[in-house]
Amino acid sequence: MFIRNLFLWCFPSLMLMQVACAQDQAYPIEQVTDGIYYHQGVHEDATEENFGAIANVGFIVGNDCVAVIDSGGSYKEGELLAKAIKQTTDKPVCYVINTHVHPDHLLGNAAFKAAEPSFVGHEKLPAALMARKDFFEKNFSETLGKAYQGAEFISPDQTVAIGEPLTLDLGQREIVLTAYSTAHTDHDLTVLDKNTRTLWTGDLLFIDRIPALDGSINGWIENSKKLQQMQVSYVVPGHGPAGKEQWQQGWQKQLAYLTLIREQIRAIIYDFGTIDQATASVGLTQKDDWILFEDYHRRNVTAAFVELEWE
Amino acid sequence: MSLLPLLNWSGNKNNPLTSWLKMALLFLLTGLLSPAAALDDKEATWPALKQTYFGDRPIQAQADDWLVIEAPKRAEDAAIVPVTIKSRLAQTQDHHITALHLFIDNNPMPHAATFHLSPSLKQVDLSTRVRVDSYTPLRVVAEMNDGSLHMVETFVKATGGCSAPAGKDHSAALARLGKMQIRMREATLGKAVPVQVIVSHPNNSGLQMDQVSRGYIPAHYVKTMAIRYNDEPLITMEAGISISEDPSLRFVFTPEQPGMLHTEATDSKKQQFEQTKRL
Repeated sequence: MFIRNLFLWCFPSLMLMQVACAQDQAYPIEQVTDGIYYHQGVHEDATEENFGAIANVGFIVGNDCVAVIDSGGSYKEGELLAKAIKQTTDKPVCYVINTHVHPDHLLGNAAFKAAEPSFVGHEKLPAALMARKDFFEKNFSETLGKAYQGAEFISPDQTVAIGEPLTLDLGQREIVLTAYSTAHTDHDLTVLDKNTRTLWTGDLLFIDRIPALDGSINGWIENSKKLQQMQVSYVVPGHGPAGKEQWQQGWQKQLAYLTLIREQIRAIIYDFGTIDQATASVGLTQKDDWILFEDYHRRNVTAAFVELEWE
Repeated sequence: MSLLPLLNWSGNKNNPLTSWLKMALLFLLTGLLSPAAALDDKEATWPALKQTYFGDRPIQAQADDWLVIEAPKRAEDAAIVPVTIKSRLAQTQDHHITALHLFIDNNPMPHAATFHLSPSLKQVDLSTRVRVDSYTPLRVVAEMNDGSLHMVETFVKATGGCSAPAGKDHSAALARLGKMQIRMREATLGKAVPVQVIVSHPNNSGLQMDQVSRGYIPAHYVKTMAIRYNDEPLITMEAGISISEDPSLRFVFTPEQPGMLHTEATDSKKQQFEQTKRL
């Protein structure tokens, strides 16, 4: 109730809304631009305390209905996001789009079931869900405790094929969903809002938080280069701040990181070196440039190494 | 290999689903063993493993002065944990290691691999990559030509390596299945040279979900990898499901005369892969 009142209070002015609602400690939603809203995830690993709200999740409001882009890192976050949408607009949720399979982007799906939206994802998302579901369920039900309860792995009923972007109409508002070849994962999806030229990158772009490689380093570099060239005004990355300002530099920094570790790993492989040698030396100069470096960097190096040794 | 080690899988104490997966594996492999029998032993796995594999033979447990096992204390990726085994003693005709038995106590299948070694290897320095399913001791027992057994162990913190989803890039992995590489520097006769043999294979553990059928992918893994130089065996590896996807074996050897390095892998479906390199 308190949260609802707070929202009603600040709703009359958009400016006020951003200022006032930012003080809603429980679950702040920020407006990126006209009709584009997101909650910025914290740069931590998922825990019961942060209820898995570590990724950026949000929604686009059209004249007819709302598209949710990534539903949250737990059922609880899904509920909070659903509540925030209700407080922002009376339009129904017609699409829940998952940018990829990782739990921080998808465990909130079930919280939107009642609205009977269409769930949308990459053509390879159903397979990825099948393969990982039990593994994620086991790990995240433990990690998230209570916040997990209610979570379901909901497979998309509409999928997007590589090379065949899908346009959805939210009412005077078209959004374009594009599926990518293997990069961050083997089923990354982006969403472009045509009205405002806002690109939701999913985890194809990490800002501030260290990128986590779960696909192909070569593919991620290639796709990042293409995405960097896109003419857009606003970007909502998978992690880190959204807006007008930081994304150009974000792409550059991410590319620099991925390219540097690829070069150094290639040199070690070329010299018949080992994974141990790679994790002990590669990319360590980037240590202070990324949040959670110690938690993910060496794993990235390991993943890239076993990919690159087949070049 | 005896199925008895499977009874000792209950090292992981607080993970009902892992236990469930392991039970599934148990049934998969045996079809008839009672899971109740497996629930008893909550304590250390090693005494039972030791009994199964070595019976009452004495094992000298502190071989640290000459035998070394290296693995990261905390694994970066539980599905790809590099392990290195080294001996500080030279392999000679009179005194050499005939086999190294690698165990990951708390894995669903604790016996990860046995490496049969020839004295002509000259030195023992080999590495592979394993899956680690829960916090576990990792140990190697060296069997000498005089029949004595010696052991060293280390401890690895990692979880979920055996049930972790197969492959980050499924299509790419399928496209290169069965490819085999022998990776090494230009060899100089009489000089030790490191060699890596790696075969592209999903090495399905039997604990991973199928992307389409929703069932478990049946265990399908590389069972043996044999390395010969001029027809003389150097290393024969017998492996289980604890070896990582794309099994890799790295070793050091000294070619005394020019010849052919030949590697051959056979998987659990009797598919064979081979590669040769002229030195």
